[in-house]
Amino acid sequence: MKSLKFFGLGSVMALLLVSGCKPKGTETAVTGDAAERVYVAPGKYDEYYNFVSGGFNGQVNVYGLPSGRLLKVLPVFSQNPENGYGYSEETKPMLETSHGFIPWDDQHHLSLSQTNGEVDGRWLFANANNTPRVARLDLKTFKTVEILEIPNSAGNHSSPFLTENTEYVVAGTRFAVPTDDQSGDVPIESFKSNFKGVLSFIGIDKQSGEMDLSFQIEAPGINFDLSHAGKKKSGDWFFFSCYNSEKANTLLEVNASQNDKDFIMAVNWKKAAELVKAGKGRKVTTEYAHNKFDESTHTATSTMKKEVIVLSVEDMKDAMFMIPCPKSPHGCDVDPTGEYIVGSGKLAALIPVFSFDKMIKAIADKNFAGEFDGVKVIKYEAALHGEVQKPGLGPLHTEFDGKGNAYTSMFVSSEVVKWNIKDLKVLDRQPTFYSVGHLMIPGGDSAKPFGKYLVAYNKITKDRYLPTGPELAQSAQLYDISGDKMKLLLDFPTFGEPHYAQALPGDMLKDQVKFFRIEDNKHPYATKGEAESKVVREGNKVHVYMTSIRSHFAPDNIEGIRVGDEVYFHVTNLEQDWDIPHGFAIKGAQNAELLIMPGETCTLKWMPKKPGMYPMYCTDFCSALHQEMQGYVRVSPAGSNTPLIYSLNNKKDNAQSPVKAGETK
Amino acid sequence: MKTIHSIAAAFLALGLVSCGGDKKTDSVPTASTETTATAESSGTNAYDPKRGIGKHENVDVSTFDPAMAAEGRKLAEVKCTSCHKPTEEKLVGPGWKGVTQRQTPEWIMNFITNPDPMIDVDPELQKQLELCLVRMPNQGLNDTEARQILEYMREIDGAK
Ligand SMILES: [Cu+2]
Repeated sequence: MKSLKFFGLGSVMALLLVSGCKPKGTETAVTGDAAERVYVAPGKYDEYYNFVSGGFNGQVNVYGLPSGRLLKVLPVFSQNPENGYGYSEETKPMLETSHGFIPWDDQHHLSLSQTNGEVDGRWLFANANNTPRVARLDLKTFKTVEILEIPNSAGNHSSPFLTENTEYVVAGTRFAVPTDDQSGDVPIESFKSNFKGVLSFIGIDKQSGEMDLSFQIEAPGINFDLSHAGKKKSGDWFFFSCYNSEKANTLLEVNASQNDKDFIMAVNWKKAAELVKAGKGRKVTTEYAHNKFDESTHTATSTMKKEVIVLSVEDMKDAMFMIPCPKSPHGCDVDPTGEYIVGSGKLAALIPVFSFDKMIKAIADKNFAGEFDGVKVIKYEAALHGEVQKPGLGPLHTEFDGKGNAYTSMFVSSEVVKWNIKDLKVLDRQPTFYSVGHLMIPGGDSAKPFGKYLVAYNKITKDRYLPTGPELAQSAQLYDISGDKMKLLLDFPTFGEPHYAQALPGDMLKDQVKFFRIEDNKHPYATKGEAESKVVREGNKVHVYMTSIRSHFAPDNIEGIRVGDEVYFHVTNLEQDWDIPHGFAIKGAQNAELLIMPGETCTLKWMPKKPGMYPMYCTDFCSALHQEMQGYVRVSPAGSNTPLIYSLNNKKDNAQSPVKAGETK
Repeated sequence: MKTIHSIAAAFLALGLVSCGGDKKTDSVPTASTETTATAESSGTNAYDPKRGIGKHENVDVSTFDPAMAAEGRKLAEVKCTSCHKPTEEKLVGPGWKGVTQRQTPEWIMNFITNPDPMIDVDPELQKQLELCLVRMPNQGLNDTEARQILEYMREIDGAK
């Protein structure tokens, strides 16, 4: 990092000028046409969508590649004031859990759905680390449509990784914990006997994408870090990297680094599914939320589930094996052919590459080194294809270009290293100018990488952009990997910490929903046409059936609301054109504003605290008369008998406006 | 609405407009529709103000179909009457009374299914735009729905 200071300005020009100062072998990091190659002219589209995890902000951020332009922020595990996600009555159930409403999380990894090992552009899966959950986003609408809580788990880190036909998405626990049917109220000294490492297998419906927690495996109480499914010949298997095979529970930085090798755990998920079908496994009583967003009612529901089937180590004795892997493996990446499994020992000075064929042969030959908590341990050399020697310091993650090359991020030595999978020779290395964590090639963890670009995402960022106080902008760097040598093209800031990303070609998403058809709106409080708008009192609940269209609300004036009322504004956007959302805001609202897409119905709950006249208005500039899109709600003291009336002032003379009486049920 | 006084508009414009400087232009072109629209609007000579731009031509209105008009009325109540009255009275857009006498059936059907490209080139619509400052929104009508709404408009104008 000796050249760090030179890069303080962070501009492409600065990079061009000082490219000669970079560490050895990086002379070609930036070429003169870098700016041109990331420039996307006005009116032109980027080549790829890049979905980047938002880390501790709980969102997913969508960037265009190669421009690095931020296109959208997708709320998944966090409330979003922009569009009312997690605040509106319809979306609140999305964030329900067995612990109650949890409107934040730590979003780490992403997986694009696949067919035959190739990304297919249907769904994007995202994990929540802290309160274990897996979400599914629909790429037709870029909306979070499902969230499933994961029981018997904590620190849902090795998640969400998918099988090659999107049969299952996994969620492996990072923290070993006592399972939910055992009390967690135990001494920490009992770690080795009471704590388990549970792996969850979530089945995915082929058509709808709906998730169902099919079964779990109660593995030894070690930490599961990352995972990847096999593909093609290894397609029935899942591989998990494990650390803390010492099962330490204090000062892990020392105590969990004692063993020379930890493990990659190989699980035959197909056999596990058959075992469950054959009636194996015990039923564990637990509680977990399953939240679904129905795109025809525009409404989410949350259901609490009570039971899950758990397979034991004993059940899995012919379907689960350990492969020793040097020191604290992090990434666990399978190459496009499905033959090679790359373990990245973050404390190891080499990268071990395992062979699937050799692993199968070792199992057949019973070439075992012993057992770990009842799981057979395959001899290291028996499964090993070879080791990449001196690749750099602190290997974390590996992606593939589909041309026989692997690219590994090096956290400690801050570089990306390209190496050949077959002969394990290092071919190229490029500095990243910050401590790199994840990297991503579009389709780079699938059977068909697109192989043109690589993006490296920071873990620790310094000195890349104008300083913004103690907290600096997080960073990503785009490389061209189409030639023999990687070429640095662009730096762009991201939301942090970007733990992982997925990308696919923009032209794969042709069937985007541009607006919701009003005819298909099945929301129970939809108002299809102004003639249907009304105000209905049911005790202290008042339902306002409201429409919005350029440039007015109907109704636009309401009187007869009382302090103590719960007012529900059910706003239906009557527009049927692309990109004409309307906003809805009312003074004093304590939850949010709404942003309602064309043809959609959204509900804001409002509980006025004091009498007065409360303006409401559209927050999204929708036409030349947007500023006129407004109205008033009159609030009277509790117990008053102001009549419930509403109106749409559609005459120039307000006095003649039609006033209608609200219904009272 | 204080800036808009005239209800003398002699033609149809259904929605609201964005000025050039607005955040939104109402039509968000994809790469492909943009090309099409430009191609169509560049040939102003070729523009037929009797027919407009769109797929509809030679719409047969020789008989009146009350069932179709009834469907059209239902549709209009969801998608159109927020801005248009069945009378001559102007709301956000002009009233519908008389429109089928002022415009050809194919012009009406093309406009209500394809408003943006027509607003860009039709001289009458351009005048209307300056008056209302309102672009008619595309309300996503399919061909059948457009025909039903035309029949409803004809009913308003006395077709039997
Ligand atoms: Cu608006």
